[in-house]
Amino acid sequence: MTSILDVKNLTLDFGGLRAIDHLNLTVNKGEIAALIGPNGAGKTSFFNCITGIYKPTAGEIFLTCRNGEKERINGLKPNLVTRKGMARTFQNIRLFSSMTVLENVMIGCHSITHAGILGAVFKDAATRKEEKYIVDKSYSILKTLELERFVNELAVNLPYGAQRLLEIARAMATDPQLLLLDEPAAGMNPTETRRLDDMILKIRDEKGIAILLIEHDMKLVMRISETIHVVDYGKKIGEGTPEEIRNHPVVIKAYLGEDIHA
Amino acid sequence: MNMPVLNEIKKSLIAAIWFMFLTFPIMVIKVNTITRTIDWRWKNMMYTGIGAFFLSAVWRYMLRRKEKNQNALEKEGLSIVQKILQVKTFSIPATVLLLIFAIVFPHLFSMHQTNIMISALIYVMLGLGLNIVVGLAGLLDLGYVAFFAVGAYAYALLNLHFGLGFWTVLPVGGFLGAVFGILLGYPVLRLRGDYLAIVTLGFGEIIRIILENWNEFSFGPAGIANIPKPELFGLDLSLSAKTIYLYYIIVLLVIFTVFVINRLTDSRIGRAWIALKDDEIACQAMGIDKAKTKLRAFALGATWAGMGGVVFAAKTAFINPASFTIWESVIILCTVVAGGMGSIVGVICGALLLILLPEYLRDFGQFRMITFGAVLVLMMVFRPGGMIENVRRTYQFKTGETNDIHS
Ligand SMILES: Nc1ncnc2c1ncn2[C@@H]1O[C@H](COP(=O)(O)OP(=O)(O)OP(=O)(O)O)[C@@H](O)[C@H]1O
Ligand SMILES: [Mg+2]
Repeated sequence: MTSILDVKNLTLDFGGLRAIDHLNLTVNKGEIAALIGPNGAGKTSFFNCITGIYKPTAGEIFLTCRNGEKERINGLKPNLVTRKGMARTFQNIRLFSSMTVLENVMIGCHSITHAGILGAVFKDAATRKEEKYIVDKSYSILKTLELERFVNELAVNLPYGAQRLLEIARAMATDPQLLLLDEPAAGMNPTETRRLDDMILKIRDEKGIAILLIEHDMKLVMRISETIHVVDYGKKIGEGTPEEIRNHPVVIKAYLGEDIHA
Repeated sequence: MNMPVLNEIKKSLIAAIWFMFLTFPIMVIKVNTITRTIDWRWKNMMYTGIGAFFLSAVWRYMLRRKEKNQNALEKEGLSIVQKILQVKTFSIPATVLLLIFAIVFPHLFSMHQTNIMISALIYVMLGLGLNIVVGLAGLLDLGYVAFFAVGAYAYALLNLHFGLGFWTVLPVGGFLGAVFGILLGYPVLRLRGDYLAIVTLGFGEIIRIILENWNEFSFGPAGIANIPKPELFGLDLSLSAKTIYLYYIIVLLVIFTVFVINRLTDSRIGRAWIALKDDEIACQAMGIDKAKTKLRAFALGATWAGMGGVVFAAKTAFINPASFTIWESVIILCTVVAGGMGSIVGVICGALLLILLPEYLRDFGQFRMITFGAVLVLMMVFRPGGMIENVRRTYQFKTGETNDIHS
């Protein structure tokens, strides 16, 4: 199996606090992987590191880019990481609040389109065609995620669950090869979570996008992920299939009190 | 008489007493230096009290009404002006009328009025340019006048040394403005809000101080005189004809500006600006280059300041650094904020009001600036979103529009 993301010995310090401690993690092409761990384990920090928002203290990050070559992406700016094929959602929803649902997804298309100032002013045939492409693509993504009924609504007026889905739609518009989802089911009710399951599977199966998700909802994690990585205090304490993780003694200890047998 | 009214009256009374106390030393006590006695003018105190009470009561009443209106507005959605702007059957005739008025204006009014209008329209252009930076991209720029100065000096100096004409320098001025916009924008890319405002303010002043002190280059505080007005096919025009010609040029430039900004707001670039203003981190995560997007806004905004500067130099025929003080930046920012940030019609109205009002208030003499200030303060209290609050025109998707691509 070819890997799409390779993280080696990643370490991140906040002053004296070591948020990530020599973490190794690999995601394969077309795989659904989960990153779990107690609150404050360093999961979100891990996402921030590999997407260029934080600068890692030490370690290597390799991403297999669109052209199939493996590139080191340490220290790359977030926008360039996205261009290389890794997109993400945010745990604390960060939608563009003055824009509509469709416009939010259209922003996601920014990195795969090119029109500049001159194109905007003269509105030549190429620019018009590109604008149409952006709208069509955005709408079809909204349809995939069953958000098309909100299309002209302001993003802030959406129900919470729909906002989480819109974050995913926006990230998908960047044409990623790997999608990082930070607690996509947080705040969703069981029915919505169930639908989210299906959608994540659909995204992987139809578009071949690999997925790495952080999630506290163990039912969802156990149901859809093929590999689970468990972190605690920034350290990897376990890795394996859902079956293996369920019976992993160290993991059970770390999760004492949390019900992973659900 | 219900409780809230009584309450308000009580508050106004307290305000009146407070004012009587505050103004006591200047309004009541008067030392008569000849007889070496003190006149106690108790009557003045009474007037202050009554005046303060009524003003405070009116003020409170207006605030109350504003609150009520706001609640009503939220239910109803848009204000009347905004509706007129959005409904085509109103907006098209209004635009046509405005255009006709703009065309006949110099023939209806005196040359003096035309000159005032030219200044006002230069500020409209500057306001629209700054609106790209502040209103669309959300970058608070207080040094905007620097680019205006760059344009004006570009025309004055290129004309003086190389005899270049208005039409040659107009694009050059715009280009130089853009270059300076990028040069000054680059170091401040990491700054936001207040910090950005302070640093850009500093840059604006640096440019002015350089112009003031570099005598060999810019002729220092003495400035440059005899800057020619634009030529029309080498015809020998009278001064008034030249003024009218310049007036039409600036009208066309304003129309051009509105056109370009309209196109920009509806484009990929314009959307990136709005997104950047909403959330920088999410914006970058979507693959948008923060630096490039901000620099684009700085450069485009400065382009208009540069061209405005060229027109300004041609209009006044004389420029010196005193025309480009921080006060000008503040006025331009005021036109944007008071007009309605992000709203093209708002900025145009704001610029016209803020430039024309002080002109026609000249009769008030020394009260001119006080009145001007009072109008601004009242505006910000009663219409914080500006005269014509911006309602962003969102992209409206119509079903059946797409031919379902499967990406
Ligand atoms: N910008 C920061 N500066 C300092 N410390 C930080 C910063 N961001 C995170 N931390 C700390 O790093 C640790 C890991 O935080 P992180 O947000 O990555 O946890 P998490 O696993 O995502 O938790 P949760 O499940 O609650 O989202 C925490 O102790 C947190 O306080
Ligand atoms: Mg987190």
